[in-house]
Amino acid sequence: MRDVAVISFAASGVPRESESNEVEIIVPVLREAMASSGLTKDEIGFVCSGSLDYLFGGPFAFVAGVDAVGAVPPIRESHVEMDSAWALYEAWTYIQTGEVDSALIYGFSKGSIGDVHEILTMQTDPYNLLPLWPSATDMAALQARAFLEANDLDERVLAEVAARSMANAKSTPYATRAGDVTVESLLAAPKVADPLRAADIFAGSDGAAAIVIAADDVARRVCKRPAWIRGMDHRIEAHNLGVRDLTRSESTALAGAAAGALRGKVDVAELHAQFSHEELLIAAALGLDPSTTSINPSGGALAGNCLMAAGLERFGEVAKRIWAGEADRGIAHATSGPCLQQNLVAVLEGE
Amino acid sequence: MTNTFTAEHALEYPGGYTRSVGPVLGRFLTGLRDGTILGVRGRDGRVIVPVQEYDPVTSDALGGRDDDYVEVGPAGRVITWSWVAQPRPGKHPLERPFAFALIRLDGADTTLLHAVDCGSPEGIATGVRVAPRWRSDRVGKITDIECFIVMADGEQPTPAPARTNVPDDDTEEGPVTGMNSAFRLEYKIPAGAATRRYLNGLAEGKIIGGRAPSSDDVYAASRGTDPKTGEPTSIEVEIADTGCVTTFCIVNIPGLSELAPEIPYVSAQILLDGADNMMFGLIRGCDVDDVHMGMRVKAKWADELKADHRSILYWEPTGEPDAPYEHYKDNL
Amino acid sequence: MGKELAAVIGVGQTQHRSARKDVSMAGLVREAAMEALEEAQMTWKDIDAVVIGKAPDMFEGIAMPELYLADALGAVGKPMMRVHTAGSVGGSTTIVATKLVTSGVHKRVLTVSYEKQSESNATWGLSVPMPFQAPLVAGAGGFFAPLIRAYMHRSGAPRHIGHLVAVKDRRAALRNPKAHLHIPDIDLKMVEESFMLWDPIRYLDTCPSSDGAMALVIGSEDVADASESPKAWVHGMAMRSEPTMFARRDQVSPLAGKQCAKDLYAQAGISDPRAEFDAAEVYVPFSWFEPMWLENLGFCPEGDGWKLTESGATAPDGDIPWNPSGGVLSSNPIGASGMVRFGEAAQQVRGCAGDYQVELKTGKALGHAYGGGSQFFSMWVVGRDKPTS
Repeated sequence: MRDVAVISFAASGVPRESESNEVEIIVPVLREAMASSGLTKDEIGFVCSGSLDYLFGGPFAFVAGVDAVGAVPPIRESHVEMDSAWALYEAWTYIQTGEVDSALIYGFSKGSIGDVHEILTMQTDPYNLLPLWPSATDMAALQARAFLEANDLDERVLAEVAARSMANAKSTPYATRAGDVTVESLLAAPKVADPLRAADIFAGSDGAAAIVIAADDVARRVCKRPAWIRGMDHRIEAHNLGVRDLTRSESTALAGAAAGALRGKVDVAELHAQFSHEELLIAAALGLDPSTTSINPSGGALAGNCLMAAGLERFGEVAKRIWAGEADRGIAHATSGPCLQQNLVAVLEGE
Repeated sequence: MTNTFTAEHALEYPGGYTRSVGPVLGRFLTGLRDGTILGVRGRDGRVIVPVQEYDPVTSDALGGRDDDYVEVGPAGRVITWSWVAQPRPGKHPLERPFAFALIRLDGADTTLLHAVDCGSPEGIATGVRVAPRWRSDRVGKITDIECFIVMADGEQPTPAPARTNVPDDDTEEGPVTGMNSAFRLEYKIPAGAATRRYLNGLAEGKIIGGRAPSSDDVYAASRGTDPKTGEPTSIEVEIADTGCVTTFCIVNIPGLSELAPEIPYVSAQILLDGADNMMFGLIRGCDVDDVHMGMRVKAKWADELKADHRSILYWEPTGEPDAPYEHYKDNL
Repeated sequence: MGKELAAVIGVGQTQHRSARKDVSMAGLVREAAMEALEEAQMTWKDIDAVVIGKAPDMFEGIAMPELYLADALGAVGKPMMRVHTAGSVGGSTTIVATKLVTSGVHKRVLTVSYEKQSESNATWGLSVPMPFQAPLVAGAGGFFAPLIRAYMHRSGAPRHIGHLVAVKDRRAALRNPKAHLHIPDIDLKMVEESFMLWDPIRYLDTCPSSDGAMALVIGSEDVADASESPKAWVHGMAMRSEPTMFARRDQVSPLAGKQCAKDLYAQAGISDPRAEFDAAEVYVPFSWFEPMWLENLGFCPEGDGWKLTESGATAPDGDIPWNPSGGVLSSNPIGASGMVRFGEAAQQVRGCAGDYQVELKTGKALGHAYGGGSQFFSMWVVGRDKPTS
């Protein structure tokens, strides 16, 4: 495999009342990611994005992105109807072919224009589940209770995750929920979807994220300390929640093992946990020890979940800490589907 | 705060999606219509509910033989649950607060997700026994079970009531082969800054374009960037409301849009004087057969101007000499 | 090309129809996938990863359907991806799947694309009215018909050229049992007398709306070498995108298409596509796009595409058969249509095209797809023999 590294990252959180359209949201983020990459547009070998038409409210959301990129002369470009972490995976495989040396990846959404919890229901079995309209939160709460009861835990562990997320998010400019709160104050709040409280459920976010990755010498030329992708893998589980063991994240464990997550210390892990208990499930599946690994130092997706961009942001947050020398080795994780149905795990390392 | 540049938008396929279900799912749905719950044997022998077409472990096709189907329940045990404090009207199965639960029905090895009507979170717990409350107007859909209800100790499940929607005539109802899936998703869509500038211009009878900073290209109805470079087109330029038809078609299909005039009508690409990109517009005010490439046209403005695309009703011939082909050939 | 070679070793496709009411969505994709697996002499266990593609989710009213289809496509416990690039998606999905092999990441990849258009209505799905966007008052044909008029003006093509393609592709489809449209007595008169929809496009110049799925199994060099199944070796793959609209855009013969073909031919060592391909499966949803793409893809000088069509060169018995399967004009499950082109090109070089098999001379064929406002292109070249360089 070729050495490929994350060399730049930009993310935005736009105010929810913002009147920007998709193009206007994407442009500044792309420009920032390109500027800090040290590469020119002509030097980018491939462009890949992730978006979801149901979040956009109509077909062909991704076409707006092509206007934002500036695709004249024409570019090598593709799109996944998935979180843009999978766009990064596609770009990484393209670079592995040796045909291109770099790629620009971005994802975006304006969740606030609709009801994201309801839109995510559209991902479910259209015959025997969609007619009941369980929201993403309704289904997550089923998993939360199964997880807590199987491990004989109470909701305090969830509040601890939520409180840490909010405290960490104070240093993340694009986070939508940040601040110092006590576990007790969170536990005093009413339950929104028993056993989950509002703080256990992701904060919505509108915006975009962009990353530039580059191979070998290109990365070394433009980046003092590239965040090398040492392994990356993703796995999916069955669609029916009733046939899955919701007390563990099997696909995260499989992807993590294949990506080599456990082959070394992990200084930092950015996990795409959209609900408090998911962070615990993912961390357990990856064998992470919170006493030695800094988990979601950015606050993670709980603090601001810009759907289709949030998984990609996890790569950026790990890479930032590697570039700065704060971490030598980290894990980026992205998820898709109800109750962690599909998971992607990557290992990033400094030199 | 209401604002004219954020609009309500609904995504709803008129009449609902028409889903065909195939024979395996059809069997499960026919069972529901009959007031029974079927499971299917997976490759490892476990009974999977609801019936699914493919094995969740091996992906083998399931349900190929009659004895692969097993009637389960109707009662079962709650394995996990969550509380829905604010039901979504028209979508969730119940209008009052309820629980969603994964329920292991008697005789099944997997769980079924469904609603439990139990009043409050205190009315349900992991491990409690529940039984279905059936509808009488069953159509062959998971919602034929209105919800599950918690059973008292020793209580037996109530059988499904007789159907009230059996066809009157003697025609035999075949197995369920499809279902209708109607739903509506609602959005509030903002126009975006560039479109807002354009629409505000229309309200004043002006066509506002955006100038590309590095090329001086002018885009009518810009989305906010020069699509060639991705640079913002924040410099506003007023463009003439005259131009030429570059190419067009004559539409003979009625009802393509609520805004479509009577057929036949002409839909054209128009290159405005002072713009470098194409706009779409209807050509009226002459016979459709007289419309031609290069024909000079002018915007026909509505009597009452608004910040809306419909402020330009259509484009009509000016009678000027045609634009030479050289003028627009690079924009075809 | 990538560092590893790749070959198509299994091809499967459904019977295309206006409504496949006999199957669920999973059942539809499964039908194509099973046929591809059987052809490749594989079982689900052999597959390393699955890549699916389709056009907008609104067609079927289900978001990110890979999640629901994981079990049906044998992906549980494996990597699975979903591609969406508008009409070119069948082609770009194939390319994404093939790159998983040419990159050395996987050895056996299943790729599947589908559309079940009968669940809703394509016209609605393609043009959901959005607030603040200029309303589309003329439908999809209203977008493309003016480009056809511009082409006719530019090239001086007579009005019957499109009808010739409409007849040719429907006649070809009569030899393809899986094609959606079988019109036994199709002739020029029937096309000329069909209803004028978007002048200059008549009813029989347009594609149908189909339910259908296509599947391919892509294997690495060692896997393909060890397989007894016929192979279509991948000699080149390219994708290009450009914006829907920009100043001085050539909409008739888009730069993205030209550059995509140039890149592709360079990879595959093609200098004269008309002479060096035995067949081409090209995305022609409106009949006139055959002469337009003949020029865009460099099969003839600019302005001469219609002459090639008129001469019969692109007929199944011509020197460069285009769409011997019947093409998009005969079957159009939108999200799968591009992969059908890629797969039919593979079937020709594998010698598996049955009654519509062309004579193999060079043993190379072109697969092509495009989408959006003629702005997204994906193409590949497949060959009977392994690439030599």
